[in-house]
Amino acid sequence: MQMIGRREAIAEVLTGRPDSLLVISGLGSPTYDVAAAGDVAQNFYLWGAMGGAASMGLGLALARPDARVLVITGDGEMLMGLGSLATLGAKAPANLAILVIDNEAFGETGGQTSHTGKTTNLAAVALACGFKQVATAHKQADLDAVKQLVLEDAGPVLGVIKTGSDELPRVLPERDGHIIRNTFKTAITNQQHGESK
Amino acid sequence: MKAESFSFAADDWRAGIFTALKQQGVQQMAYVPDAGHASLINACHGDGDINCTVLTTEEEGVALLAGAELGGQRGVMLMQSSGVGNCVNMFSLLKSCGFPFVTLVTMRGEWGEFNPWQMPMGQATEETFKRSGFVVYRADTGEDAAAMTGSAMRLAYDSNCPVAVLLSQRLIGAKDF
Repeated sequence: MQMIGRREAIAEVLTGRPDSLLVISGLGSPTYDVAAAGDVAQNFYLWGAMGGAASMGLGLALARPDARVLVITGDGEMLMGLGSLATLGAKAPANLAILVIDNEAFGETGGQTSHTGKTTNLAAVALACGFKQVATAHKQADLDAVKQLVLEDAGPVLGVIKTGSDELPRVLPERDGHIIRNTFKTAITNQQHGESK
Repeated sequence: MKAESFSFAADDWRAGIFTALKQQGVQQMAYVPDAGHASLINACHGDGDINCTVLTTEEEGVALLAGAELGGQRGVMLMQSSGVGNCVNMFSLLKSCGFPFVTLVTMRGEWGEFNPWQMPMGQATEETFKRSGFVVYRADTGEDAAAMTGSAMRLAYDSNCPVAVLLSQRLIGAKDF
């Protein structure tokens, strides 16, 4: 069976995205994947704060119920914030989706096998925490259902894309957090005031 | 949506903190419970304009309130001193991006502490905040606690810095077993 390519998969999920879709990317390859799919102002790239992506998405989703918030992160980052799935499930924001790009490895640090490559099923964990729906894509044909889930369905939802552990060329967006924050805030504040760009 | 309202006891100084948070427009409150914060937590839950989130660990609250700020809302985190160490790497998010952040911390491990396991983190709390780039206030009276909360919100959200208000164990009262 052909493995799903992570970069192509994220590009497919984000193709044709509306300005009202706010994306937070977890550190490492998910940040490169999201930037490669289109470096737009409605992306907030994390370069650190490992384990915090889902929680950051929750705070943003609660503050902006008019927008859809999509957190795109890796299995290692999600595992470090596993407790945040319990918090998200309990809080249950309808406009929040998590998408885990799961290569079952710590890709940035030498490809060591992660817990999802052994025993942990993140979709099952999310469901047990009270998420409304989850879906896992193992092959290309499953991607449409995951895209529908994370972009449209009532949250909290969690999608998993199982992918290979090949290292791809890095696509490096802005690293200065002050610039990332100001760019993102300016874009979404203008949208809130109806000055859609 | 108005939740059930809550009334502070007449001598509860936390009423002043709550008033300061309301005056400063707090819309999100994240917490890991502590007995010393109990009435303040109940007051926030009883306020229809404050969205409360209970956390599994304190570091979630740092990221959560950064997300809230991205979305244009002010927040506050309530925790106990033993939770401060859980946050250290997540504090880098605040410094790296210039996020405002306010936390009110009930102190253990300093005044008349009964439990030796509270001592290490209690004694390291203030230094941990300072080394993480925080402005640190310490309140020994209820009056100070309210005034410092208001000032902390202004410093954070007008001057973009993280601020911690330590509510001393002498103020809260040492826990009896």
